[in-house]
Amino acid sequence: MTNSISDIPQARVLLVTGSNTTEAHPVLALQMKKAVRQNGAKLILIDPRRIGLADFAYLHLRQKPGTDVAIYNAMAHVIIEEGLTNDDFIAARTENFDALKEAVRDWTPQRAAAISGVPAAQIVEAARLYATSGASAIFWAMGITQHTTGTDNVKVLANLAMMTGNVGRPGTGVNPLRGQNNVQGACDLGGLPNVFPGYQAVTSVDARHKFAEAWGVPYEKMNDHVGLTVTEMMNGALHGTVKAIFIMGENPMLSDPNLSHVKEALEAVEFLAVQDIFLNETGRMADVVLPAVSFAEKGGTFTNTERRVQLIRPALPTPGNARPDWQIITDIANRLEADWSYADEAEIFAEMAALTPQYAGMSHARLEQDGLQWPCPTSEHPGTAVLHAGTFARGKGLFQAVNYVTPAEEVDDDYPYILSTGRILFHWHGGTMSRRSPGLDAIAPEAEVEIHPDDGEQLGIAHGDLVQVSSRRGQVVAAARLTRRSPAGTVFMTFHYAEAATNLLTIDAVDPTAKIPEYKVCAVKVEALPVPRQQ
Amino acid sequence: MLQADQVVPTTCPYCGVGCQIDLHIKDGMIFRVNGRFDNHVNHGNLCVKGRFGYDYVHAPDRLRQPLIRANRSDELAPTDWDIALNTVANRLRHARDTYGPDSIAILTSAKCTNEENYLLQKLTRAILGTNSVDHCARL
Ligand code: SF4
Repeated sequence: MTNSISDIPQARVLLVTGSNTTEAHPVLALQMKKAVRQNGAKLILIDPRRIGLADFAYLHLRQKPGTDVAIYNAMAHVIIEEGLTNDDFIAARTENFDALKEAVRDWTPQRAAAISGVPAAQIVEAARLYATSGASAIFWAMGITQHTTGTDNVKVLANLAMMTGNVGRPGTGVNPLRGQNNVQGACDLGGLPNVFPGYQAVTSVDARHKFAEAWGVPYEKMNDHVGLTVTEMMNGALHGTVKAIFIMGENPMLSDPNLSHVKEALEAVEFLAVQDIFLNETGRMADVVLPAVSFAEKGGTFTNTERRVQLIRPALPTPGNARPDWQIITDIANRLEADWSYADEAEIFAEMAALTPQYAGMSHARLEQDGLQWPCPTSEHPGTAVLHAGTFARGKGLFQAVNYVTPAEEVDDDYPYILSTGRILFHWHGGTMSRRSPGLDAIAPEAEVEIHPDDGEQLGIAHGDLVQVSSRRGQVVAAARLTRRSPAGTVFMTFHYAEAATNLLTIDAVDPTAKIPEYKVCAVKVEALPVPRQQ
Repeated sequence: MLQADQVVPTTCPYCGVGCQIDLHIKDGMIFRVNGRFDNHVNHGNLCVKGRFGYDYVHAPDRLRQPLIRANRSDELAPTDWDIALNTVANRLRHARDTYGPDSIAILTSAKCTNEENYLLQKLTRAILGTNSVDHCARL
């Protein structure tokens, strides 16, 4: 997030898109509700599904999945045509506006309406509201990024924020909501194939010198080309170029797209090691499994979605012979050529902060009270609540023209429904944690597929019937939930249930830049199962 | 009334909001969790996962022992740390020295700490010599 959770109530308009906030980020959603209920802010919801936030929305635009770019280009068109741009901000803080202007000239609301199914008048109203409130904040989550056009979706949202000057002040900003508890930190600290900690490029000579020296490695040994992403790793394994895979705390056998493909890939490698707290689907395929510990049995830090670095503290003894991940990694390194000795997590933090400019002023001691938001460059710096207040990280904000392209897979006669995937309130991700809580699992014990009642009638499916959902890649069985939450023609499933692994169905087509798979759109068919379910 | 032996302030492990919580520990078990008020994130609030979703910590099927097998057709069997760690190190070294550093791929974790993510990418880049380290944030 460019902004902070605590400044959400200062927004006059909230534009929420591709985020089922009340279920996936419930406590952050409380601040959105506060903005609307207590402070009279207007919520514009742009989401195909009638999710919980719809009850708080002033406007709800229900677009056909995968048509986001068309809508945001049309909103930009309206803002420009009606003279609602913030010209001072554009002149002082941005560049390339003319190219954008040119690119959206033809994107009339009528054209976007024809593509997205959202009435033109609603697009116009959303554009006016967003541009004129004085403080408008945009929020999104995987509903925006899990498309082949994910990077484009983010660019068009940034265009809206920059052309109206809704950046750098409380109650504004472009705010991606991070899913997993420490996605932000994993990215910040170099858990990415193209960057060292602090987003320093592995292709930069200076960065390689810096890390080689800090780590005591000869410069020539530093690899100078970008590594593989998850999806590329799986392809590499299938093609025999990737021979060994080590996995810490992830379960690609449940979370990756096109699971049959992942299974073949993991079977193909010569060596697979998995480090986790449970023997999950991926661990069962491994040659070696290393028992790690949960958040309650170790120290360290997580970085939340508003860039706040916060401590976790050990509260319980480690179970059996399990050990903290950092000790296991250190032991593996020392059995190779390393000579690492860390007394505790605070010492690792100190080394990492010295190499990561955004974290440079932080230490475990400073994080004791309330954490710190990066960038925090010096040990006196109070942290940064709002990014881009004076300048953008790259200097001037760059407008980027984006063209609408259709999703990778469209419906046809054989697979006539759009499948979209996401989360529900009571479970988390692959369910490893939440499904072991009897209370949570009792509320939501089985995989369901949301089907519109009109579609249900056509298919001869009643509420609670078991149905088979299939795509070109696989099939799963789930209980039908007839509901108007998803529009007719679209069905929705979560990926929380191993026994009905939705990612057997999803497509591994990825966004060309971010390499995020298109979980939000693939084509499926839905069939009633001939056998009645056992009660 | 049940009294905690220990109350430990920490961070909810579920989602990216990062709510601040107190774990109330009694006889080595988490028996109650409450939201903390003294912060700018959750102001005492928690969702159903953050308040009640901790049974997994005490689940009987938590891994307590390293597991290993010589062939994929065998079952995984308990082993000791020395054998497990030596095997991992030897097999990674073998892949690196035989097929080259880029034959190794590492998945780090959006559920692990910053310190652990930092160390694992350091191992990948400084010792194994590849940049093929990624996590499932895209997912
Ligand atoms: S309590 Fe709920 S909203 Fe808060 S961090 Fe945990 S899962 Fe997220």
